[in-house]
Amino acid sequence: MFGDYSIGDLGSIFVMQGFAGLILFSVYVLMALGLAIIFGQMGVINMAHGEFMILGAYVTWMTSNLFQSYLPGLFSGYFFLAMMLAFLASGALGMLVEWVLIRHLYKRPLDTLLATWGLSLILQQAYRSVFGAREVGVELPQWMLGSLKVTDSIEVPINGIFVMGLTVSITCAVAYVIYKSRWGRQVRAVVQNRIMAGAVGINTEKVDRYTYGLGCGIAGIAGSAFTMIGSTGPTSGQLYIVDTFLVVVFGGAASLLGTIASAFSISQTQSTLEFFMSGSMAKVLTLLAVVGILMLRPQGLFSLKVRK
Amino acid sequence: MIINSRFFNRSELIGFVALGLILFVILPLSLDVFRLNLVAKYLTYAFVAIGLVLCWGYGGILSLGQGVFFGLGGYCMAMFLKLEASSVENTKIQSTPGIPDFMDWNQITALPLFWQPFHSLTFTVLAIILVPGLFALIIGTAMFKRRVGGTYFAIITQAVAAILTILIVGQQGYTGGINGMTDLRTLKGWDIRPDHAKVVLYFFEVFLLFGCILIAQFIRLTKLGRILVAMREQEDRVRFSGYSVANFKIFAFCMAAIFAAIGGAMFALNVGFMSPSFVGIVPSIEMVIYTAVGGRTSIFGAVWGALLVNFAKTGLSESFPQLWLFGLGALFIAVVLAFPNGLSGIWADHVQSRIDRLVSSIKKKSGDWTSNSVADGAPAE
Amino acid sequence: MLIGHQPKPFLLAVEALTVSFDGFKAVNNLSFYVEENEIRVIIGPNGAGKTTVLDLICGKTKATSGSIQFRGKELTKLKENQIVQTGVGRKFQTPSVFEDLTVFENLEISYPRGRTVFGSLVFQRDDAVKQRIEEVAEMIFLKDRLDTYADQLSHGQKQWLEIGMLLIQDPELLMLDEPVAGMSVSERAKTAELLNRIIKDRSVLVIEHDMKFVEDIAHKVTVLHQGQILSEGTMEKVKNDPRVIEVYLGH
Repeated sequence: MFGDYSIGDLGSIFVMQGFAGLILFSVYVLMALGLAIIFGQMGVINMAHGEFMILGAYVTWMTSNLFQSYLPGLFSGYFFLAMMLAFLASGALGMLVEWVLIRHLYKRPLDTLLATWGLSLILQQAYRSVFGAREVGVELPQWMLGSLKVTDSIEVPINGIFVMGLTVSITCAVAYVIYKSRWGRQVRAVVQNRIMAGAVGINTEKVDRYTYGLGCGIAGIAGSAFTMIGSTGPTSGQLYIVDTFLVVVFGGAASLLGTIASAFSISQTQSTLEFFMSGSMAKVLTLLAVVGILMLRPQGLFSLKVRK
Repeated sequence: MIINSRFFNRSELIGFVALGLILFVILPLSLDVFRLNLVAKYLTYAFVAIGLVLCWGYGGILSLGQGVFFGLGGYCMAMFLKLEASSVENTKIQSTPGIPDFMDWNQITALPLFWQPFHSLTFTVLAIILVPGLFALIIGTAMFKRRVGGTYFAIITQAVAAILTILIVGQQGYTGGINGMTDLRTLKGWDIRPDHAKVVLYFFEVFLLFGCILIAQFIRLTKLGRILVAMREQEDRVRFSGYSVANFKIFAFCMAAIFAAIGGAMFALNVGFMSPSFVGIVPSIEMVIYTAVGGRTSIFGAVWGALLVNFAKTGLSESFPQLWLFGLGALFIAVVLAFPNGLSGIWADHVQSRIDRLVSSIKKKSGDWTSNSVADGAPAE
Repeated sequence: MLIGHQPKPFLLAVEALTVSFDGFKAVNNLSFYVEENEIRVIIGPNGAGKTTVLDLICGKTKATSGSIQFRGKELTKLKENQIVQTGVGRKFQTPSVFEDLTVFENLEISYPRGRTVFGSLVFQRDDAVKQRIEEVAEMIFLKDRLDTYADQLSHGQKQWLEIGMLLIQDPELLMLDEPVAGMSVSERAKTAELLNRIIKDRSVLVIEHDMKFVEDIAHKVTVLHQGQILSEGTMEKVKNDPRVIEVYLGH
């Protein structure tokens, strides 16, 4: 399949496709980060994660519309406010869901899967009722359009660079919160031994609720980023949920580094393959490879050997 | 058919007879052919749901990829029917007569090799059982031998469902793509489309369904059934009692796959087409809800779950389309939060106990412990 | 430490066994030998690697290096269920019985027949099975509770049931992890009586903290500390070993 291209062409193809892959990588990482927190730290399978992402996307869309109508002068900066609002909206919904639904199911992980699937159906229909069935697109501010010319044959879009930067900073922030902050220590304590954590005075219910909220909030930010590369519809989130779960599982559920590495390898494989074959076959091959590797190494790429 | 007190306990016998009466007598007498055909369509999901009772309810293995097996069974059947409908005579306007229409539209000029054996009905019937069975065997062996279970297994089966759907849609020259295989006409020259054929097919399907119910009930009552329950709770204890846990899981998963495939094949026959919309993630997880609504450990419940959820779906989405997703979502949540044992749990807790009290006040129950523990052995409902 | 090779073959020979969890050596170059009909008790402070040793023998944990020979068969290469079939039975620390099954069914599952998929499909509950189950049920004080679902049993009764499940397997080497932990005084006495009856005609490896109980049953005691053997011998000898007193008994 490489026959028709010269070495130089192939180099450019790989760089360009690689960069296209990096945007996909950003959305995967942001989606998977939230999921990794909820699944890896709490053991809850959040099938509604895509819908939390879409909520963030809709919030971003509404914010951009508001700015366009009432504050056109500040439009170039709307995205930053939209991101925060997306985080808050998805996070708040997440905490509500944890309180109503999830907290009753901590001992039944497979049942969280069914219940959150039900939740995702309800949310999809709610979006359809509120925002309509048509997909909506967000208008990007002027400075995010266009692209940087790196060499003669290689161009990279600015919004892509922006999304990347965003992803990196959010990942660092999450890593800091989980591994360095006092609250992160409480989260890890609850994960390791719920009863003991409760006994030493950690309010485990509160920790659960905020952890779940944080995971959903990050999904909201992912939704913000998502508006830059795709249009938003009620069921857009569902397309990503299985991919994202594979990213998390492939990386080794409890490992932040693993999640990033696996998001990177999956997105790069897919976007490189996409150049040589149809998108659907690229996806099939990527998923097959992931499933195949998971069969050989069920614990994921990164995991510790511990006594169970 | 031997039905004695060892095979069914009293309440199961009532359930069996009631279901038989309703499916064999009451529904055919009271519904028109259109509605009866609808019931036949819903019952194809009952096969899947019964398989899930064994695999998920008993074995604790949640598969979110049953649509894959339903689809494989359905496509095997549909390929046979499609070939019969694509005789040279029927397709003479095509640029290549004698191959299915969608192949012709996709500029394929000869029947692909893997289609050839589906000219034979015997091969097709074997393939309906063996293809999904072997596929489940491969997935099951790869996963369970390496101790992948629980949520990981669920997610991976879901990924398999996604892969197969994308593949079917993407390879439309070989599979009919997103539209699936339509315009299925005859089975060995016998037209499957007119009303009387629909009625015959309905009875044939119900007959097969009862066969599957009896097989499932048989498995449930053997020691294997009890090992599945034991495995669901304390996998390690089963392992350290000398059993290869993986083999039992593979068995349960393969049985569930074969049941699902039979359902799929009956779908192609009764409904007259097969498409990827019955294969993917969404239909697969809906199949789980049929079992959950019926009660995940109840074989009869699975049949009722498949029927009732689908009736509700048709009813609601005909009159209030926007309400259906809310209803289905709420059903998922309710069945997990409030009714983990589904309809059969509600029946056992509220209806059965009243009947029991009534009966026991009339006559005193007797019996030694062995026959009791056989009959009431595993938690039936 | 015991002398390496003797003419008589050991039932169980553990040699140079090491397992490391992410760099931490939970069991480090451990060797010990169990003879036919010997009752060996493993003691040691928390984290000494006692449960890990049992996990390694029964295959729950895979060894990093070293060998475990049971009747000349290398166990480290076998799967858990194969190890059980060679004649090693294991009772876990927390009672692990099947709560959704009755006492009878719990015992039946442990009955060593029909252990393959096909075998379990055609397994018949014949008189031999029933008789054996009743026999064992009587021994474990649960004869009149055969129809009870196991989740209705008390903690002590569950422990007995699990011991009964092992008995029905009739293993040549029985491994018990803290069999009297969490039991009431009267249950403890009954358990000691039960154990004394069932440990005849087989070798037993016990982990126990209850020193009175250890003194009652042990032929030989192995003291583990940080994954290695600190001392080994009769209870009398071990008790007077100054190193043992320092890390364990002296606390």
